[in-house]
Amino acid sequence: MKIFATLRIALRALRRNKLRTFLTMLGMVIGVGAVIAMVSVGNGAKAQVEAQIASLGQNVVLIFSGSTSRGGVRTGWGSAGTLTIEDAEAIRKEIPQVAAASPEVRGFNQVASGNDNWYTSVLGESEDYLDIRSWPLQEGAMFTDQDVRGATKVAVVGSTTARQLYGDSSPVGQIIRIKNAPFRIVGELSSKGLSVMGSDQDDVVIVPYTSSMKRLGGGTMLRSISAQAASEKELANVQQEVVDLLRQRHRIQPGRDDDFTVRTQQEIAEAATATSKVMTVLLAAIASVSLLVGGIGIMNIMLVSVTERTREIGIRMAVGAHGRDILMQFLIEAVTLSVIGGVIGIALGVGTSKALAAYMNWPTLTSPSSIVIAFIFSAAVGIFFGFYPARKASHLDPIDALRYE
Amino acid sequence: MESTVPGQSMTNIIQLEHIHKVYHTGEVDVHAVRDVSLNIGKGEFVAIMGSSGSGKSTMMNIVGCLDRPTEGRYLLDGVDVSHLHRDELATIRNQKIGFVFQGFNLLSRTSAIENIELPMLYNRQAITARQQRDRATQALQMVGLGERGDHHPNQLSGGQQQRVAIARALANQPALILADEPTGNLDTQTSIEIMGVFQKLNESGITIVMVTHELDIASYTRRNIIMRDGRVVSDQPVANRSFAEAELVKLRAAQKAVQLAP
Repeated sequence: MKIFATLRIALRALRRNKLRTFLTMLGMVIGVGAVIAMVSVGNGAKAQVEAQIASLGQNVVLIFSGSTSRGGVRTGWGSAGTLTIEDAEAIRKEIPQVAAASPEVRGFNQVASGNDNWYTSVLGESEDYLDIRSWPLQEGAMFTDQDVRGATKVAVVGSTTARQLYGDSSPVGQIIRIKNAPFRIVGELSSKGLSVMGSDQDDVVIVPYTSSMKRLGGGTMLRSISAQAASEKELANVQQEVVDLLRQRHRIQPGRDDDFTVRTQQEIAEAATATSKVMTVLLAAIASVSLLVGGIGIMNIMLVSVTERTREIGIRMAVGAHGRDILMQFLIEAVTLSVIGGVIGIALGVGTSKALAAYMNWPTLTSPSSIVIAFIFSAAVGIFFGFYPARKASHLDPIDALRYE
Repeated sequence: MESTVPGQSMTNIIQLEHIHKVYHTGEVDVHAVRDVSLNIGKGEFVAIMGSSGSGKSTMMNIVGCLDRPTEGRYLLDGVDVSHLHRDELATIRNQKIGFVFQGFNLLSRTSAIENIELPMLYNRQAITARQQRDRATQALQMVGLGERGDHHPNQLSGGQQQRVAIARALANQPALILADEPTGNLDTQTSIEIMGVFQKLNESGITIVMVTHELDIASYTRRNIIMRDGRVVSDQPVANRSFAEAELVKLRAAQKAVQLAP
């Protein structure tokens, strides 16, 4: 039998019971809509985390100093001071795939300008730090290697710190007092937003690490070293080489634990996105339940429809319909139900995720692939849940079907 | 699937040879048809009669290829259909048999013309939509309902619905029309009108086999077969054949006499 004729029969049958058709479709609409909306929310969250990871910089390898354990009390990473400036130099010079490295000293200090003061984290870094972090300046320039060598009292400030101390006026050229030592501001950083951990990355003052050690009394211990691999492919290599180099420099016997930790940006990204991935899967799974319920609704209504139209099936068989023709007729009816429901559901899901983004400021991301998958899935639901009723119809005995009251 | 049996007379549309049908219902076997052999030739108009339980409905189902005999051989238009698969039987029904039922069995909420097109929808040969419409319109004219193609069954009288059903039976130009109590749901006048349609079709060469339990309806046919307990007990040509046109004139006169009709 002709496929278009079958399609026309199916559409007519659906038009005959408009309310029933609408309610059955509603199950699919809600199911598909929920899946699309939930996956969008999950993907949005994932994309946000990924953006935060990207704000770490490009191809970054972070080397943390080991922890100390004194009388059973263990301190956090970076507290043991096992990393030295020489380590940083060695990493930069001896590992060819390392493009840049910056030793980091960190302190929390009061900073002041005029009558205003602020409490912020003061980072001691090398001149390469901003390149490693892919962190452009909004105004001014980064301090130079000469500043680092000479331990000059210069600083670049983050946008949050700048606003707290200088309001809307430009901080460049101003003097900022850190622990009462006057530093000249040479640059203002552009805004980077929240870190993976949720802290404000713009609430910062960056000075040469040498200045931090000498002028701010931070000592010579490094909290960490930020290094940059030449390319993404080299990340794992660089990690291994750093470990080997530092073990050798620190004279760690084979079998003993490292007194430092090396993490690549990839590892950090994987850890951070793992949560949002789980969330996406969980949301999609919950939404899929409603899709399943929608499918059962289709099966239910198709079974009712087959019973109601037993006589029609009998007539069709008597005039020469094969079992296959009847099967196709009811299958197409079920698939039409599910696909139209699916398409409306896609529209609803996209609309919902847009509304969530617009009115609740949730980051949502509707990917074309999720729409395609939802469409295929809704057709599959129609076939899966329509098959049993359709098969039941096609196996009816024409004599019994014709006699059915 | 189909095999023409050589040496069979092609003038016989229906050839039944020692047909048995046994239903296994629970513990008891019901022997509905017992050793029936009969031939029906091309252009015949036959009534199969009998009380309920006589096996005439079972016979009808077998002749109509809706059911298969338990034993025996059935040649329809020279083709042995006794052991065909249900889909093959469906194709045979589509090509060779037109059905007319007691309850009309039209698709509701579907126009008359589309009801008539239904068998063509399942025709394995390609028929264009245009051809379908033309053939359906032709069939509708043959049963005298040319103007009612757009009407739905619930907008038609019982007689008109049965005419649509007959037109549907004609759609694929079958070798045989099978009518199962076609006048069972109709009043006397309409019954005669329907028999008139059948007589007209028969005169144009179409073979008709009809099941009925009404003697007066059977008298419009040419040959009466009577069944009892699954056997053919009588098979005779109709002696005093009724003709629909004459009967209608008589009926109108009678109605006029009692002022039933103007």
